[in-house]
Amino acid sequence: MASSSSSEGEGRRAWVPLASRPEFAGVTPLPQDDGPSPVVAIAYRDDFRETMDYFRSLYSSRELSPRSLLLTSLAISVNPANYTVWHFRRQVLEALGADWTEELGFTEGVAKRNAKNYQLWHHRRWVAEKLGPDAASRELEFTRKIFCLDAKNYHAWSHRQWVLQALGGWEDELDYCAQLLEEDVFNNSAWNQRYFVITKSPSLGGLNAMRDSEVDYAIEAIHANPENESPWRYLRGLYNDENEAWLNDSRVHSACLRVLKAKRNFKFALSTLLDLLGLGFKPNQEIKDAITSLRTSDLGEAGSDSDLANSICSILGLEDPMRANYWTWRKQQASSSS
Amino acid sequence: MGELVGNKHVEYILSVERRKDDFLSVLMDHLRMNGAYWGLSALDLLGKLDTVDSEDIVSWIMKCQHESGGFGGNIGHDPHVHYTLSAVQVLALFDKLDVLDIDKVTGYVASLQKEDGSFSGDTWGEVDTRFSYIAICCLSILKRLDSMDVEKAVKYIVSCKNMDGGFGCTPGGESHAGQIFCCVGALAITGSLHHIDKDLLGWWLCERQVKSGGLNGRPEKLPDVCYSWWVLCSLIMIDRAHWIDKEKLIKFILNCQDTENGGISDRPDDAADVYHTFFGVAGLSLLEYPGVKAIDPAYALPVNVVNRIFFGRCST
Repeated sequence: MASSSSSEGEGRRAWVPLASRPEFAGVTPLPQDDGPSPVVAIAYRDDFRETMDYFRSLYSSRELSPRSLLLTSLAISVNPANYTVWHFRRQVLEALGADWTEELGFTEGVAKRNAKNYQLWHHRRWVAEKLGPDAASRELEFTRKIFCLDAKNYHAWSHRQWVLQALGGWEDELDYCAQLLEEDVFNNSAWNQRYFVITKSPSLGGLNAMRDSEVDYAIEAIHANPENESPWRYLRGLYNDENEAWLNDSRVHSACLRVLKAKRNFKFALSTLLDLLGLGFKPNQEIKDAITSLRTSDLGEAGSDSDLANSICSILGLEDPMRANYWTWRKQQASSSS
Repeated sequence: MGELVGNKHVEYILSVERRKDDFLSVLMDHLRMNGAYWGLSALDLLGKLDTVDSEDIVSWIMKCQHESGGFGGNIGHDPHVHYTLSAVQVLALFDKLDVLDIDKVTGYVASLQKEDGSFSGDTWGEVDTRFSYIAICCLSILKRLDSMDVEKAVKYIVSCKNMDGGFGCTPGGESHAGQIFCCVGALAITGSLHHIDKDLLGWWLCERQVKSGGLNGRPEKLPDVCYSWWVLCSLIMIDRAHWIDKEKLIKFILNCQDTENGGISDRPDDAADVYHTFFGVAGLSLLEYPGVKAIDPAYALPVNVVNRIFFGRCST
């Protein structure tokens, strides 16, 4: 066997044809039956074709053996998105009585190069389920590693939420969200996870118990980056349907005022005030003045609240022209409800 | 502004469909059924479905059917609800739904519904609102929605609604444009759009439009042509499409074309693929770009095909 070419990175070795490997003796490779159109003989990677031809053979004969397991490993390494291979691997694992911990290790290897692969994550979950609550900390650690490379990986977040609910491990989750948000306060996935934790964690007391401290947390993030969509939505979500509480929490409109006064990145501050006005909020003079001072053209005296809403929508139409139609609609809504 | 090089895209799609043995096509052979749906739907939208041999394709599709009634991604592959929908959709394109044993397919899809109303993708049990949409779309095309518990299915989808008005893959999952399309589409087909706060969701969706005019799938992510479909489609289903800047979006999609070799990519200057070609063309269809047939937002099939399914033979 030729020595591996070191320049090609981890996992690449000179390919030993399966036809010359003793463990695959007696297997007749089956090529893919592709249906319509003449087969055009174009050369492609021998290792790939051979692996898949051998896979098809063992799969169609339903051989649930150690060499089948090896073959699925090879097939997955060349084509990790082939769901039939994963499916067959699971059948083999069940038949052979697998070492589930070892299998977790296998998926970790695959994940290194294919972190956005549906089949991988589904397989990982299936294995973790076999291990039960004991697997919780390893699963949380695994997703944590994935987030180090891509903190918004949707599959990993979905997996992590499942782990928490099915296997446990909530204790450090809020801290973990805080850590991720420290690294990137614009990480919408982390904000979503934070909401998930405060509403569903069995050890935190639920949304009502957490609301107060979370309002402060969100507002701090807002002041650091008022253009950040996520904490604004998070803040609104803390009140959910409780409009009275939302209206009466002075921290909310104070936060909006502070952003307006800075005269930069005030889009979400204005839209939040617009929402509040729509629910009956009575702004003080300071807020009215702050809005007025943002107007770039003379729109007349800001008299009644509907004029104020009108002003806000006009400002936003200029500030955010891509969504001009949306702000025009908001303006219509505001005047029709006054 | 550039223009749609429709003929180049047709050539590109046909060349991909013809490719049988090169590395890329073998890599994708397990999802050939999806590829067939993307490629053939795009051809139909560009008015060129007649350039392919429907008989060949139909007979290949039927060879992909499993004894359970579900379809695999290719011959010899295991069944999955996703490939089952693609198979049904392609048959619908060719007006060949009558080759199906409707009971058989229906039985497979309906069997994937769980106690809580959710759907798994196959017998291995992975749950995701994508599968709810797929099941509902598929059974609706087959006119067998009564084979599932629609009320429970809707209830599950609604449980995946988030405080920002969007939907995730499972309850509590982050709002994501792809998942939103699935949930809104499923609710549209089942006549359940009243569960959506259209103003709130519409705003979240229109906030996906970034400076370049393209659309992203979540806050602070990069734009991608496929979101031209998922975001725009969702906006159309809730009557809020005018909240984005359509001209800018058209420009973005056109910039994602490979004007030399044909095909559309995820964003400008990346490599084209059939998936993004379909979603780019479909997005232009929703934007009423001239020369592109109208597409139905809920079924993701040309409007004339959907009309044919539900209202019988009509003029094309």
